[in-house]
Amino acid sequence: MVPCCPARGGLHQTDMAWSIHTYANPTRFMNFSAIVLPYVWALAGAGIGIGLYLSFFVAPPDYQQGDSVRIMFVHVPSAWLSQFGYGIMVASSIVALIFRHPLADVAAKSAAPIGAVFTFLALVAGGLWGKPMWGTYWVWDARTTSTLVLLFIYLGYMALWATIEDPNRAARVAAVLAIVGAVNLPIIRFSVDWWNTLHQPASVFRLDGPTIHSSLLWPLFVVALGFTFFFLGVFMVRMRAEILRRKVRTLQMQQAAG
Amino acid sequence: MGLTVTKLSCVRGERQVFRDLSFRVVPGEMLTLVGPNGSGKSSLLRQLAGLLEVTDGEINLDGASEDQTIADVVLYAGHLDAIKAPLSVSENLSFWAEFYGVSGIQVANALEAFSLGHLGHLPAGVLSAGQKRRLGLSRLALIDRPLWLLDEPTVSLDTASIAALGDLMRAHLNTGGSIIAATHVDLGLEGTRTLDLNSIRGAQA
Amino acid sequence: MNAFLSLVRRDVRLATRVGGGGGMAVFFFLIVLSIVPFGIGPDLNLLTRIAPGMLWVALLLSALLTLDRLFQADQEDGTLDLLILAPQPLELTVLAKAVSHWLTTGLPLVIAAPALGLMLNLPLEGMLPLMGAMLVGSPALSLLGAVGAALSVGVRRGGLLISLLVLPFYVPVLIFGVSASRAALVAVPGDLGGQSLLLLGAVSLASLVVGPVGGAAALRVAIK
Repeated sequence: MVPCCPARGGLHQTDMAWSIHTYANPTRFMNFSAIVLPYVWALAGAGIGIGLYLSFFVAPPDYQQGDSVRIMFVHVPSAWLSQFGYGIMVASSIVALIFRHPLADVAAKSAAPIGAVFTFLALVAGGLWGKPMWGTYWVWDARTTSTLVLLFIYLGYMALWATIEDPNRAARVAAVLAIVGAVNLPIIRFSVDWWNTLHQPASVFRLDGPTIHSSLLWPLFVVALGFTFFFLGVFMVRMRAEILRRKVRTLQMQQAAG
Repeated sequence: MGLTVTKLSCVRGERQVFRDLSFRVVPGEMLTLVGPNGSGKSSLLRQLAGLLEVTDGEINLDGASEDQTIADVVLYAGHLDAIKAPLSVSENLSFWAEFYGVSGIQVANALEAFSLGHLGHLPAGVLSAGQKRRLGLSRLALIDRPLWLLDEPTVSLDTASIAALGDLMRAHLNTGGSIIAATHVDLGLEGTRTLDLNSIRGAQA
Repeated sequence: MNAFLSLVRRDVRLATRVGGGGGMAVFFFLIVLSIVPFGIGPDLNLLTRIAPGMLWVALLLSALLTLDRLFQADQEDGTLDLLILAPQPLELTVLAKAVSHWLTTGLPLVIAAPALGLMLNLPLEGMLPLMGAMLVGSPALSLLGAVGAALSVGVRRGGLLISLLVLPFYVPVLIFGVSASRAALVAVPGDLGGQSLLLLGAVSLASLVVGPVGGAAALRVAIK
């Protein structure tokens, strides 16, 4: 479609669609999020503050890795949120495709950049940890590489949103991409594992019990919780911004139509 | 500024659009081009603007100084409005003001010529087709050039906007400007001549 | 000069307001480089050795990516006609387009290059020469690219055509660029590293003339 010059009939149709769906649910979401947000920020602040205090000043240095183990307190929660973000994106995309719920579009679109930033953070923290451990910032091991591919999928998803002007069409197309990505991620991970196995085995979420010392595990858990609330806070703010942006667009179209 | 066209020919691809076309436009005069689709109205206008190759014949400016080229005297408004959707309405016009060396103060007046003043802050992408056309045509009020070349300027305009365009064109003619326009709409302008491209071609055939 | 700056300003504004453009080029830069180790294996020593060359090849490809919209976008909405009819010489208009292409694509790529260098295990002391060489050489990519973009304006599937037209002209940039970037990493007999940087600068300066003049000539022919 030509960037945004719908014929008059088309314009009206989208207006109608907006006023039925959009004003019902998003308004409720705006009210709800306005109430909840302060609590989310408080929990995020408390979790990150206490967790980082514990991890930097209380937790002992690792007997092998020394103080650089503390980078894990940022790296692991970020890696967790990189997956969590994609999970939200896929779940919202499925809801958006099946139920045509406008809030689901907004949720999927809003989750992507946050997930991408945490993926990036996980990679950077991993690199900073890798320098003292492996003597180089970047190693093409299986786990890092899969995370990098995840970042690519996030970026591709965001690029798709940025390229398609009409939000309804963008939402539909992006949802398909997110779901195809979810199906492909295990395959990518498997192929990357096949390509290279160098990394130390996963140490926190292993089935036979974590091998990380419990004095490190607790702070890690608290930081992860704080990070997650932070994620949810930013997520809601982004959703609010997106809803308002669409409302502005609708109002502008109405104003132009006179 | 007048214009003399002598034995002008136009070939698009392999097709001879028109041949041996001669006419003259004097200052203060409007020439209306008519003819069916494919008779070469748009091609002729693009040739006059210097945007299309002249295969044969001559286009001369009457009363132009030595170093004046056709690009210095014409203002061309084609089918497309040359509007960027992400920029606001006034940003769009301000750019053209700066690019054509017109003072930015004129922008507000030019927008008013087609009653777009109240939409200045909106992104051009939300405008309707008619509003975009009006924004494109407001360049006529912005940039001062003696010879206007207009290709179907009334497309997607409503009656009020057509009247506004008519007023703008009348004012231009009254100040000694000239206009060559391809249009089938009566703009209520007095003393216009008509050039039927089809009859010329028919006579030659 | 005003007209020149206003066109640069408008293009940069358009690129930053609409997604895609430079961001997309940086993303492409990143993804092309990341594909390399999948092909040749994660051997860090090998990666170090090929890093400058790979970075430059990826830079060329990424710079190409946004070229097809350089004049095409303006041609599709009628802007190009009015740019050509304006009082400003067409050469300066082409230069303005190339400058804004460099600002929105070339410069972000140069800034992103060190991070990507890390991924290819390029030693830290190699970063500055790399960025310096890219800073000197990347304007040539936009300037020469503008000629290709002008030639293919209005052509169907112009994007592919541009790559075919422009890549041969990028060869000197690649040769001198890689040579200047490697200077800090491997001992070059007789100060060839410094020389290649000078030669790279010469290529860019020559493009400063060739790009606008050639681009303007190409546009005049292409639209008629």
